[in-house]
Amino acid sequence: MQKNVSLAMGNGGLENNELITKVFYKAFKNDILEKSEDAAVIENGKLAFSTDSFTVSPLFFPGGDIGKLAICGTCNDLAMMGAKPKYLTCSVIIEEGFAMRELEKIVHSMQKELKKNGAIIVSGDTKVVPKGSVDKIFINTTGIGTIEQKGISSNNISKEDVILVSRDIGRHGAAIFAAREGIELTSTLESDCASLTEQVEALINAGIKITALRDATRGGVSAVLNEWAKQSNICIEVEEKTLPVSDEVYGICEMLGFEAVNLANEGTFVLAVKKEDAQRALDVLHSFDNSHNAVEIASVSDAYMQKVILKSPHGTKRFLDVPTGELLPRIC
Amino acid sequence: MAHLELKDLYDGFRDPKIIEGFAKLIKEEAKKLPKPINIMEVCGGHTHSIMKFGLPQLLPANVNFIHGPGCPVCVMPKERIDHAYILSLQEGVILVTLGDMIKVPGSKGSLQDARAKGADVRFVYSPLDTLKIAEENPEKKVIFFAIGFETTTPMTASLIDIVLKRKIPNIFFHMNHVTVPEVMVELIDSRDEHVDSYNNQIDAFLGPSHVSVITGSKIYEQFPKKYNRPVVVAGFEPVDVMEGIYMIVKQFTENRCELEIEYKRSVSREGNKKAQALIEEYFEKADLFKWRGLGNVPDSGYKLKDEFSAIDAEKIYKDVLPIEEIEDHKLCICGDILRGMAKPDECTIFGTACKPSSPLGSCMVSSEGACAAYYKYGNLL
Repeated sequence: MQKNVSLAMGNGGLENNELITKVFYKAFKNDILEKSEDAAVIENGKLAFSTDSFTVSPLFFPGGDIGKLAICGTCNDLAMMGAKPKYLTCSVIIEEGFAMRELEKIVHSMQKELKKNGAIIVSGDTKVVPKGSVDKIFINTTGIGTIEQKGISSNNISKEDVILVSRDIGRHGAAIFAAREGIELTSTLESDCASLTEQVEALINAGIKITALRDATRGGVSAVLNEWAKQSNICIEVEEKTLPVSDEVYGICEMLGFEAVNLANEGTFVLAVKKEDAQRALDVLHSFDNSHNAVEIASVSDAYMQKVILKSPHGTKRFLDVPTGELLPRIC
Repeated sequence: MAHLELKDLYDGFRDPKIIEGFAKLIKEEAKKLPKPINIMEVCGGHTHSIMKFGLPQLLPANVNFIHGPGCPVCVMPKERIDHAYILSLQEGVILVTLGDMIKVPGSKGSLQDARAKGADVRFVYSPLDTLKIAEENPEKKVIFFAIGFETTTPMTASLIDIVLKRKIPNIFFHMNHVTVPEVMVELIDSRDEHVDSYNNQIDAFLGPSHVSVITGSKIYEQFPKKYNRPVVVAGFEPVDVMEGIYMIVKQFTENRCELEIEYKRSVSREGNKKAQALIEEYFEKADLFKWRGLGNVPDSGYKLKDEFSAIDAEKIYKDVLPIEEIEDHKLCICGDILRGMAKPDECTIFGTACKPSSPLGSCMVSSEGACAAYYKYGNLL
């Protein structure tokens, strides 16, 4: 390990995993933690429990803001374990001099998003620190939810499953990059930032046999697929032409040298469902505005264990890797 | 006028049917080849496309790629990376550079490590973003660590142009721009008697896209004429690369040895004269520039002309910047790999002392380098 913590260690990819396993898991090791799921399953599978801290620049971006993100993030982690979010805590660190009006705007977004999830904030904490000690505002939320469908786990995916994605990918990452770099777009590219509780609930109510769920946040869809390939000891074969990518996101990727599968999402999830349930799952997802373009993207095989393969439309294939380092543009 | 969408610029050049069509044509044509040919794609942008689109899988066994030295950060020797590292840690300095530089390790660490130690390192998409950083930090010395081939050199030159014309007092330059044709010559006809370039296996070159837009195709005229190596300047899209390969194969089957341009939509013989004039105004060739894995290559790098010493960070900070050479690892065979004389797994330190997380030679630094690709994709490609 390096002597100092680098930004790459927070990228959701390789270096991030190393930091977590070598420092945190080593100290906190226990059976629940080591399952490495989006949320911990506790109390004999009755409750899901998760925490997340939020920092984003800019604080307000097309399609959301840090407040909306802070509620969606934690509620989505709970939903990904088949749980309905119930109670959240909220802890805020604010930089001296932060505009009150912006703070109110952020809190208002949080309130709106809580309502959508049917969850409430039951405990909180605020700290104000001297200018320069944090970048404007950091928010942590922790949540508890009741598990509506047991047994959802990224450790049980098999050849009986197919992999779906709930909508077009890479929007959040692309929107944030565009906002940061001041790229003017003729069309309006918005973050996909949204709560996923409703969709998951609908899938469960429709009796879909869900094997695994995961929201494709940092590291994007490729990070999720690679984690699944390892955790379930399978090979995932992705058909590149089925990956839903909007023209705007594709354009940003071309300009900056990114791939949409590596870009972060904040309201997009990947599902592993039994083959026979795939069409029904898609039908359910298609009834929601923000998953109307859900689609099957991959199958499971044993061709290259613990690897993800991307099959191109012109008949070639390559490994789809976990993103490493910071996301950087290419210079040539 | 019809509205032009961004995707119109690449859409047709990724059409699976056209790619497959060229694959078929190449296969047919290659049957006539008397012996296998090795094509070096000089530029990292090409290597990226070739890897991303899996193009080697579409080629017959007698047409091979040799991945060239065209990733500008990978070929930066440790000495230059150390300069960046040291400069970034100087009191009151903001070091600005392009993103790819962040991970590359010198002998002391990478810029990522320097930043974790408290250095103020900024990564920009365009050198001109440096102006804003300098304006917002008037009390700081902003040093632009300039890297890249001929594509990015004019951007540095235009930043210098603005800095001098507007008399901006706090922007300085550390020059590391390198040039393509000189390193191509080094690979096939090294002037260093200790280098075995005589036995190189490079049969033809796929010429860079963006570099050639600036320089014009004229810089490659020497290769078919003097060195008997065909050059086809091709675009970066997969259809461009496949068409370029097809054109090269045809030259061999038709017994021609020429300079051809596939990337006609952007490349002319003369190139961008305005950009060339800017380069000439501020820079001159350094006698030698050291490349990681290849050693000193004559006339392959630019330095600031003496009259601009006042903005030359290498001169201003000469007391803290070491000039001693750091040897490439003795067992590194990067030079042979780049000349097509060895495969990465023939190197004794491959995967042991030299890994993507601790690269020694340039071929392991870039994710697109031959060694890194072997390390990562070994059992698939």
